[in-house]
Amino acid sequence: MTGPSLQRTVIVANPMGFHLRPMAAFARRAAQFQSTVTLTKEGRRVNGKHMLELMTLAAEQGTPLILDVNGSDATEALEALSEILAAPTMDDDP
Amino acid sequence: MEIKQGTPVSPGVAIGPALVLDTEWFRIPQRYVEPDRVHEELERVNQALAAAAREAKENQQAVSDKLGKQYGAIFGAHIQLIEDPSLAAEIEKQILEEGFAAEYAVSRIMRAHAKALESIQHGYFAARAADLFDIEKCLLRNLLGHRREQIQHLKQAVVVLAHDLTPSETAVLDPKMVHAFATEAGGRASHTAIMAGALEIPAVVGLGKFVTDVSGGDMVIVDGHRGLLILDPDKEMLERYEKTRSSFRIFEDRLGELRELPAVTRDGTNIQLLGNIEFPAEATHCLDRGAAGVGLYRTEFLYLGKTSDPTEADHLDAYLTVLRTLGKCKPVVIRTLDLGADKFSTSAEVVEHERNPFLGLRSIRLCLRNLTLFKTQMRAILRASAFGDVRIMFPMVSTLLELRQAKMILAEVKEDLDEEGIAYNPKLPVGTMIEVPSAAIMADQLAREVNFFSIGTNDLVQYTLAADRTNETVASLYNPADPAVLRLIDMVVGAARKHGIEVNLCGEMSGEPIYTMLLLGMGLRQLSVTPHNIPEIKKIIRSVSMEEATHVAEEARRLETARDVNNYLREQTRRILPEVVG
Repeated sequence: MTGPSLQRTVIVANPMGFHLRPMAAFARRAAQFQSTVTLTKEGRRVNGKHMLELMTLAAEQGTPLILDVNGSDATEALEALSEILAAPTMDDDP
Repeated sequence: MEIKQGTPVSPGVAIGPALVLDTEWFRIPQRYVEPDRVHEELERVNQALAAAAREAKENQQAVSDKLGKQYGAIFGAHIQLIEDPSLAAEIEKQILEEGFAAEYAVSRIMRAHAKALESIQHGYFAARAADLFDIEKCLLRNLLGHRREQIQHLKQAVVVLAHDLTPSETAVLDPKMVHAFATEAGGRASHTAIMAGALEIPAVVGLGKFVTDVSGGDMVIVDGHRGLLILDPDKEMLERYEKTRSSFRIFEDRLGELRELPAVTRDGTNIQLLGNIEFPAEATHCLDRGAAGVGLYRTEFLYLGKTSDPTEADHLDAYLTVLRTLGKCKPVVIRTLDLGADKFSTSAEVVEHERNPFLGLRSIRLCLRNLTLFKTQMRAILRASAFGDVRIMFPMVSTLLELRQAKMILAEVKEDLDEEGIAYNPKLPVGTMIEVPSAAIMADQLAREVNFFSIGTNDLVQYTLAADRTNETVASLYNPADPAVLRLIDMVVGAARKHGIEVNLCGEMSGEPIYTMLLLGMGLRQLSVTPHNIPEIKKIIRSVSMEEATHVAEEARRLETARDVNNYLREQTRRILPEVVG
């Protein structure tokens, strides 16, 4: 793997938790980067590009999630993805 | 391996591959694929995934337009799931490495993920399993397409697993290919229980959620003695059950020795022990176990799973099959149609959705409004009466007027037959079921106008206690031993005795060993039970004296709650025949 390996802990801000729609947005965005993306909750690591794995995280509001990105576009990925995690609402929330 | 506990409703042990029925009745046609078709299977999976993604996109668009973008986004998440590369990879791996068929691989993977989600102790995320089932269904629909196999054409024997089974669903199953039932819902008196009894296959109901844990073709064990369902059993468990299965056959054979012995109490009172049947072929089961006749011949089978109403010839054919088996002298009580209007599609009258079908247009009420249907069945019953000891019985009578109407129609049909010169028994005995509390209360009035009563405890208990026996949350109220039910039975038996007519009891209660002494003590001299219960009930009859039975009934009448009655009866039965009380 070339490029920097970056890590950041992000607190889930959405009152409904890291639910289906932000998850879909996250997976969709993550897939656009060349970097590998993983999320870790309490020692459980999942692939951030895989929706099915993300679903098993069950992260409620206030949960710290560790975001790891590794690759050529890691810096950009870290910013974009932590923004989705930390967003208090989806722009289309009802 | 996983073991689930439910309510045993039909004894026996079955071991076999699972046939999982969900609400949409998909069934996975086969588990494995031939090696040379693996590439074809991979291609099918890809196409199904693509089609499912397309559908989700269309849904997203349609829902966004209609309700707003935030709702459409739910399908956006579905798209993300379907297009998740790890999903395709997992499914492909199952096909390549395990040789599974596409449908089986999809079902297995989706269910594994759904199960992982369901195990999360958090409502929102656990509920997301539903999204995965949605996707599973969508994929299966695309995979199976027109190849979706007909459930009625089973090629190998299976154990049927479902949330619940309805009469129309069970009617299309091939009885020879079904080895056992296991359902999530249902109680002792549910349709599944009755069907399993009729087919003489083991069944366990009320197991709670398990359907999502099984894929079609998985090996399962149904233990109809202890009420267990064992998913994916290990080798040791399998061996143990193979043994149990053979020892059960030995026990059955031993009870079979009772066949030639009369159902008579120790002090010489004769009891007429009859069989309940649903299919004509079951008449043989009655004979095999030495039944005195058929006390309840349910005829719903003739109406279910058909595209048109049964003809007179269909009816007559079935009745004559039973008569041929039983001979001229054994009584056969044929009950006229006892179904809700919703249960068969061919009813001429299009019925509005009923808010409360159990209190709605069903059974005799439906027949009285559909005279063509009713008269067709009556003609066949009358014609059959020329060939044996046939009796007609009307179900769900709740008022005297209904009974009179039914009898009037019967008289008209007789006149028709007279005119056509067709033979029948002019003295055909007419009976009524007592299964609605109003009929039990007015039994002395009804007794003047019929030749016999038959107490249908399943409905009588349900209507008296206003508790649906298949609704797990209130099923505990449903208890044949409830003092209110016992009082009603006393009234019916008293009225029958006063007017010198016969009274039979044909609900599931009659086949439960713990009630036998009570029922004899309450004055019943006829019991009609599922054929496989005959030997056991006969054994109890032969082990008690009327004096003991009368005493048991007197004591039971004094008790205040259903639970007290049940405990008392269990204790008394254990005293007499310890091996029949679990």
